[in-house]
Amino acid sequence: MLAILLAASLLLGGCGGSPLPLRLTDISGHMPDLDFQLTNDQGQAVTGADYRGKVVLLYFGYTHCPDVCPLTLAQLHVVMQRLGPLADGARILFVSVDPARDTPEIMHAYVNAFDKHAVGLVGDARRVEALSKRYRSAFTRGPGSDDGNYEVSHSSAIYLFDRDGRARALATPSASQDDLVHDLHLLLDNGATP
Amino acid sequence: MKHPALSLLLAGLLLAGNAHAADADHVRASHAWIRILPGDLPAGAYVTLENDSDQPIALTGASSTRYAGVMLHMSSTEGGMSRMAMADSLTIPAHGKAELAPAGYHLMLSKPATPVQAGDTISLALRFADGSTLATDFLARPANAVDAGDAHAAHH
Repeated sequence: MLAILLAASLLLGGCGGSPLPLRLTDISGHMPDLDFQLTNDQGQAVTGADYRGKVVLLYFGYTHCPDVCPLTLAQLHVVMQRLGPLADGARILFVSVDPARDTPEIMHAYVNAFDKHAVGLVGDARRVEALSKRYRSAFTRGPGSDDGNYEVSHSSAIYLFDRDGRARALATPSASQDDLVHDLHLLLDNGATP
Repeated sequence: MKHPALSLLLAGLLLAGNAHAADADHVRASHAWIRILPGDLPAGAYVTLENDSDQPIALTGASSTRYAGVMLHMSSTEGGMSRMAMADSLTIPAHGKAELAPAGYHLMLSKPATPVQAGDTISLALRFADGSTLATDFLARPANAVDAGDAHAAHH
């Protein structure tokens, strides 16, 4: 009886979704569903629910970051290209950890320089912090230089969510593109169809 | 050369010149490129430096007539956090090489006098510890480039 219940709960998916042979770090059931209240790069208010039906790659960064953020987004662009037309079922959500400088307009130009499936999200510090903390991530603004410039230290992780908004996998910037492509195929084949 | 004394003198001068050659004379730069970002956002510049001398050579910075700000920076990822910090210098080992490459050392370029477009060639003067400089042409590449684009990269 217990076995049947267990099997049934697995089939129903439970809170983490059905198990998938992911190659990246599997976080199914260990991180909360995608949820936020932010503004997209078109200036519209959006929530996590607006991206249900899409596989989401969530990444925190900022536009005055000339090295690591563009590298990560450029690598995700290569991954999206490798998915071909399937990439239309996925969205890269690039959340700014620099609310003081990143406007929807700047974010729009920035994300579109990388990939057409990328969306820039901005919000006040409180809301960005809420989202960051939700995924046990963090960011810290560094001291300003004489010309007013400053750096922001931020989490380097990429969080993957399935079409139902469930957290499924965690990738580091050094994760292999093969593994990302592999897991995105699994997630795109899984769950609700758009 | 007709005059043996003169040719000896010249040879001596050449040797002396070599012995005191500037750092920049011993460095070869290749794969130099800049990742262009929209608007006036700061850009990262990357280059591979080879040192053909018997002594380590330190890159201490660079300057450009196109960008008002040029700083040697280093990115690091520790404990899942990405950080960027200013760096004083980058050592190129004797008969070795050092790379300024994404997610490591790079030159942060800010405040371009005029917008830089992908495909442009931007000259930077790389500066070494002895004050000598090496003029190097950097190719401006689009934001979503992953490397200098001059290798036989896979095209899909």
